Amino acid sequence: MTITKRMFVKLAGATALAGLIAGPAAAWEPTKPVDFVIMAGAGGGADQIARFIQSVAEKKDLTNRPLVPNNKGGGSGAEALIALNGAGDPDHTILVTLNSFFTTPLRQENLGIDVQTFTPVAMMGVDPFVLWVHKDSGITTFEQWLEEVKKGDYVMGGTGKGQEDSLVITYLEQAFDLDIKYIPYKGGGAVAKDLAGKQIMATVNNPAETKGFYAAGDVVPLLSFSDERMPAFPDVPTLKEKGHDFSYYNQRAVVGAPGQSEEAAAYYQDLFKTIYESQEWQDYMASESLSPLWLSPDEQKAYWQTQVDRHKELLAAMGE
Amino acid sequence: MEILGLLSDGVMVSLMPINVMLILIGVTLGLFIGAMPGLGSVNGVAILLPITFLVPPNSAIIFLAAIYYGAMYGGAISSITLGIPGASTAVATTFDGRPLALSGRASLALVTAALASFIGGTISNVLFTVFAPLLATVALIFGPPEIFALMLLAFATFVGLGGDDIPKTIFSICLGLVFAAVGFDEISGAPRLILFDINGFLHGINFLVLAIGVYGIGEMIWTIENTRGEITTTEAKMSLKGIVRDSKEGMRRGWKGTMIGSFLGFFVGILPAAGATPGSLMSYGVAKLVAKNPKEFGKGHPGGVAAPEAANNSASTGSMLPMLTLGIPGSPTTAILLGGMVIWGLTPGPRLFTEQPDFVWGLIGSFYISNVFALLVNLAFIPLFIWMLRMPFTVLAPLIFVLSVVGGYAATQDMHDVWLMLVFGFGAFFLRKLDYPLAPAVLAIVLGPIAEPTLRQSLLLSSGDASIFLTRPIAGPITVIAIILILLPVIKAVVTRMRGSRENAA
Repeated sequence: MTITKRMFVKLAGATALAGLIAGPAAAWEPTKPVDFVIMAGAGGGADQIARFIQSVAEKKDLTNRPLVPNNKGGGSGAEALIALNGAGDPDHTILVTLNSFFTTPLRQENLGIDVQTFTPVAMMGVDPFVLWVHKDSGITTFEQWLEEVKKGDYVMGGTGKGQEDSLVITYLEQAFDLDIKYIPYKGGGAVAKDLAGKQIMATVNNPAETKGFYAAGDVVPLLSFSDERMPAFPDVPTLKEKGHDFSYYNQRAVVGAPGQSEEAAAYYQDLFKTIYESQEWQDYMASESLSPLWLSPDEQKAYWQTQVDRHKELLAAMGE
Repeated sequence: MEILGLLSDGVMVSLMPINVMLILIGVTLGLFIGAMPGLGSVNGVAILLPITFLVPPNSAIIFLAAIYYGAMYGGAISSITLGIPGASTAVATTFDGRPLALSGRASLALVTAALASFIGGTISNVLFTVFAPLLATVALIFGPPEIFALMLLAFATFVGLGGDDIPKTIFSICLGLVFAAVGFDEISGAPRLILFDINGFLHGINFLVLAIGVYGIGEMIWTIENTRGEITTTEAKMSLKGIVRDSKEGMRRGWKGTMIGSFLGFFVGILPAAGATPGSLMSYGVAKLVAKNPKEFGKGHPGGVAAPEAANNSASTGSMLPMLTLGIPGSPTTAILLGGMVIWGLTPGPRLFTEQPDFVWGLIGSFYISNVFALLVNLAFIPLFIWMLRMPFTVLAPLIFVLSVVGGYAATQDMHDVWLMLVFGFGAFFLRKLDYPLAPAVLAIVLGPIAEPTLRQSLLLSSGDASIFLTRPIAGPITVIAIILILLPVIKAVVTRMRGSRENAA
């Protein structure tokens, strides 16, 4: 008991010290812990990124008040969007987003959420999608894969219907006239595991989600949905090379609650710029195959608009 | 032999002074985090993750694993002494732990829980050490149909038991399944059963909110009604001699449960998506099923404490396996640990064992050490917990109420869940008055979210053909056993009736 007490005292001391040495007061600083809402459940890709960002802030002592991760993954992120929309203290509420930031408000119009009311903070990078098969399938090229799928009875897995994976697979089906049986899963990790276990035949996982199996040689990348060939997979062609003008990324961005003050927004923009430029984040992007994409706040708003329009089309094509 | 060498190196790593200190702090912290309703190993590990940047990765994961371990021991404490599940993994421990405490045998329950946890932890550690790479492939063989078959078996163990009223058990399971369906439909992504359009239902009904409502609030109201305001204390004595006597009795009557929990818990733990909570509930069901006298379960049988406690420790080791070997977490807590490993620059996956042997074997070695420390720390604190029980119920009741409210809030930090918990508490009280078993509802809300998507995924795979559960080599036998178990009471009833009518005719 004494040990734990001593530890808590030490911790309290450390926090107090961190507060003292935070340096000359900036224009605006948080006056209480920041609610760092994550649009996904604990353990998923978005959650890992959020916790990594928080750890960098912690390690480098960048904030005078801690960022407190708060998972609100319910309803493809609807829970998080509602929480931000009605945030009691917008200056102390920020959100780590993925593409459900665009799709969920489109699919659930009754939530009454307009993403343009949110405050742009930082685009930390984008996560490309890659087509994977199991090595035992013997397929090594995209053309072979197309032939195999055309034989019929082809099963792919991905995240829930109307979410990123299903949009990419629907595009493939329509562009190449394929008929694929789609099995929805809770998260990318479960999808990767069931490809390795040969329960499903192919996936469009983000590289980070299937990294371990790729390293072990269990799964083979066939095609990437990025604009350029990915540095981690120089031999894997892009869909664009195959003559289809389509690329798809999951955004890894931080946004502020609607109604956040300009001073607070400027503070978070600075904070996440520092994190973005840190060696830790640059290394993380490289190891997890994220593509760097830094956008200014105005560019972010424009990016949101193009993404909303694009997802409207993709969802319509899906019949959603 | 090679494994023994690696293991002893690992044990040496975890016996370094800094690691021993971290293990000791970790298990003690974990014990209290686990005992605190609403805070479980998930919260403990998540809150303490940033602290681990102060020490090397090896020591960091050892520290977090020690917390995880300690929390598995600690969860039993409030389940037994207060009747509030300390953590979701310890819900099944309340089924028999609380009745034992109420009849003055709290020390028997606590000692049994500690010993079963230790044995479960040890068996799982040995299984982990020897079979780790092999078992990783088992986790991969289990696709949606196999997992659904396993869930079916879990439900069957609860239905097919003699003793309880079958229609009422089925009603209770259905109630739990309906609660489990609230929130968003994972497969189509559409909102479902958002009761009264209240936004709080968007995140579904948190299992801990139901469990704390049913066992914390419901139990409190029940006790208040039964004692009719009389000031009562639970008789609870404690002595060294008592501990020895209780250990003997606990192991004599609980060894079967301990063995079932140790092996079944480990196995369920290694399946991604399952984890320690389903593992402990299933072990309770199976222990009851094979017991000589299943009717004693639920009324205070040490086997009913031993099975879930052995299982939750065993499963917590088990769920480390897919995390380390496949990079896929077997439980919510290991999901956070996985995030930690990425932050420390380690890549979990099939190559971790060959590329980072020091890390892996240091961690495995620390499991053994943590397990011993957790047992000792736990036994040392038992007198304190017993002392708490001696407080009059007029003091305990408000304490239970406050802890329940805090626990209900802590899980999601949403006042909506506190109100919901109170509603569940009153609902549970009335259902109990009408003699409905509540454990099946709790089981259903844990297993429902695993069973439903796997059922639908399987049927999508087979284009709607239900025979997929019978034709697959692993799913088939499990499904058949489950169906027999479910039909067992019906068969029994038919046989008795036929015999009866024959005798009447004669």
